[in-house]
Amino acid sequence: MVEKNIRFVQGNEACVEGALYAGLNFFAGYPITPSTEIAELLSLRLPQKGGKFIQMEDEIASMCAIVGASLTGLKAMTATSGPGFSLKQEAIGYAVMAEIPCVIVNVQRGGPSTGLPTKVSQGDIMQARWGTHGDHAIVALTASNHQDVFKITVEAFNIAETFRTPVILLFDEVVGHMREKLVIPEPGEIPLVERLRTSVPEGTDYHPYLPREDGRLPMSDFGGVHRYNVTGLMHDMWGFPTDNPKVAYGLMRHLIDKIEGHVQDMTHAKEFFLDDAECIFISYGSAARSALHVVENRRARGERLGLLELQTLWPFPADYVRERCEHAKYIIVVEMNMGQVLQEVRKAVDDPEKVFLANSIDGTFITPTKIRNILRVIQGKGV
Amino acid sequence: MAVRDYLRERFMPHIWCPGCGNGIVMNNLIRAIEELGWNKNDIVMVTGIGCSARISGYLDFHTLHTIHGRALAFATGLKLARPELNVIVPMGDGDATAIGGNHLIHAARRNIDIAAIIMNNQIYGMTGGQYSPLSGYGAKATTAPYGNIDQAFDIVELAKASGATFVARTTTYHVKSMIEIFEKALTHKGFSVVEVLTQCPTYYGRKNKIGDAVDLMNYFKDRTVPIGSKKKEQDPSLIERGVFVDEQKPEYCSEYAKVIERASKG
Ligand SMILES: Cc1ncc(C[n+]2csc(CCOP(=O)(O)OP(=O)(O)O)c2C)c(N)n1
Ligand code: SF4
Repeated sequence: MVEKNIRFVQGNEACVEGALYAGLNFFAGYPITPSTEIAELLSLRLPQKGGKFIQMEDEIASMCAIVGASLTGLKAMTATSGPGFSLKQEAIGYAVMAEIPCVIVNVQRGGPSTGLPTKVSQGDIMQARWGTHGDHAIVALTASNHQDVFKITVEAFNIAETFRTPVILLFDEVVGHMREKLVIPEPGEIPLVERLRTSVPEGTDYHPYLPREDGRLPMSDFGGVHRYNVTGLMHDMWGFPTDNPKVAYGLMRHLIDKIEGHVQDMTHAKEFFLDDAECIFISYGSAARSALHVVENRRARGERLGLLELQTLWPFPADYVRERCEHAKYIIVVEMNMGQVLQEVRKAVDDPEKVFLANSIDGTFITPTKIRNILRVIQGKGV
Repeated sequence: MAVRDYLRERFMPHIWCPGCGNGIVMNNLIRAIEELGWNKNDIVMVTGIGCSARISGYLDFHTLHTIHGRALAFATGLKLARPELNVIVPMGDGDATAIGGNHLIHAARRNIDIAAIIMNNQIYGMTGGQYSPLSGYGAKATTAPYGNIDQAFDIVELAKASGATFVARTTTYHVKSMIEIFEKALTHKGFSVVEVLTQCPTYYGRKNKIGDAVDLMNYFKDRTVPIGSKKKEQDPSLIERGVFVDEQKPEYCSEYAKVIERASKG
C-alpha cells in the first residue's frame, strides 16, 4: 500500500505541517534566515484554508500581531531567528502577563548579533528562559528529527491553549534545513487541545483573570459578548491595573505556578539505553543526532553508553533528569553553546562534578567525531 | 445611551490631572460613537502606554492596553483576524510617532481599516515631561533644559505621505468639529489618522510657560485656522485644522479576502 501522507521535507516544513495540523489559522512574521521557509510556506498554505498570513514591518510587530489575533480566538504563531527573537522579547513578556496563547518558533543560528546567519547554534536556550524582563515562567520545546518536530509543534499549541501561555519552539539551523522523511498523521491521531472558553452567559459578570480551581482561565473572544480589559500592567480579576501587593503577589504566583507546577505534564524526552548506562549523554535538537550515533556505535562494541534526549527545555525537568542519571558514572551534555543546559543539569544532579560538556560554538555542526574526541579525554584515554 | 453607559465606573477615578485634554477626547469619542449607534460588542480599542493610552481602561468596549508604541501592531493582527470588528487606536504623540513611528507608517501604507487617534500634547506626559517628536524646535522639556534642537514631525504630512486615506486635525478647543471628524474617521473604510491637539497643563503648559488648561486651549483657538483660511497666507506659522484627506483606496482586509478566494481556487 502506498501511504499518501509520506513526505520528504525540510524541518521548517515539518513545523509548518505540525502547526496546520494543530489548527493554526494566523501567522505574522518577518523574514530571517534560517526560519524564512516557515513564513513562505504559510503565506501559501494559510489562505487555502481561510487562515490569515501577514508579513509585518519587523519582528516586534509580528509578535504583537499574533497576540492581537489570538485574542479573537485564533491559533496564532510567529517564526524567527536570533536577531528577531531578541526583538520579540518585550511582547513575549506581554503574552506571559496577559496570558495569551501563542507559539513562537526560533530556528537558532550563530550569535551574538548578526553572527553566523546560515550556521547552526543552540545559543538561545537561556534567552528563551530569561529574554523578557521580570520574574516569570516560560515553556520552551525542541526536537531533533522531523517526525518529532511535527509532534512537538502540535504539543506547543496544546500547551499554549491549556495553560494560556506563549510557547517557544527552539529549533536549530540543521533541523530546520535538513531534509528527511515525514509521515503526516491522520486527523485525530494526535489529540488537539481547543481553547477553553467561558460558559458565563451574556449579562452575567465575567472575570477574565479569575483562575478556576485548577488554575485555568476560561477565555472570551474579543468581539464576543463579554467586554473586558487586557493589560500588561499588574492587574486584578477584571483585568484592571492595580499595584495592590496582595493582588500582585497572587498574580505572580499564578503565572509561575501554572507552569512550574506542571513540569511533569510538560516533560517530553526520549531515552536510549539508559537502564544500565554508565555514561549518559544529555542532548537535544540536532546535537542529539550525533550523540545518538556515538551511543549506538559504542553499544555495538559493548560500551554502556546511553542518551537522554530532552524535548522540554523549559520548565527544566530537573527531577526527571536527576532520577534518570542517578546511576551514571558520568554525564556529558552535548550542545552547541557554552553550556547553557549543562548548568541546569549540574544544578539538577546530586554530584555536579560528574557532569561534562561536549560542545561546538564555531557554527560547525557537532559531529560524532568531535563528541568521540571529547569522550576520549573524559574517559582518560586521550591527550 | 448616556455617556456614562460607555464608561467603566468601577475603574474610576481616572489617573489624569485636572485640566488634562485626554478627558475631552474621551468624552467626544463617546459622543461620536453614540451618534453612530454602534454596538459596544463590535468595538475594540487598542492602546499602547502613556497617559493618553489609559483611555482604553475606562471605556466599556473590548479593550487591549498593550506596550509602548506597539498598539497599531496588536491592532493590525486583531483586525486582520476579525475584520468585522471596529478597531480604534488612541495614542499619545510619543507612542505614535517616536517608538511607534514605524508601525504608524506601515499601518497607513497597508490602508488597514483602523481609526488612529493621536492625542498630541507635544510632550511625554506619563514619564514626566521629556520632549517628544512633536515638541518642536525651541520647546522646553525636562530633557531639553537648554531648549529643544529636534525638529518636529507634521503628523498630517506624515500620515498623508504614508498612505492614510483619511487624515484630519482638530483640537480640544474645537469640540463640535472633533465629534464630526471622529464620526467620519470611524466610518471611513481604510486607515484614518486624526491628530487632536491636546493640552498637558502639568508638563507642557508649565515647562513652556503657556499656562494652565484654559490658556492652552485658548492657544489652540488662536494658533489654529480652518484649512484654506486667508489668515494662514498672512501668517504661515498658523496650524490648519479640518479634513485633509478623505479618499477610497483598496483596504487591506478586503484585499486579503481576495487572496483567500484566489488561494482556495488553487
Ligand atoms: C519600551 C518602553 N520605553 C519607554 C517607556 C516609558 N514610557 C512610558 S509612556 C512614555 C511616553 C509617553 O508619552 P506619549 O506617548 O506622548 O503619551 P502621553 O503620556 O503624553 O499621553 C514613555 C517614554 C515604556 N513604557 N516602554
Ligand atoms: S501629565 Fe499631562 S498628559 Fe498626563 S494626565 Fe497629566 S495633564 Fe494629562
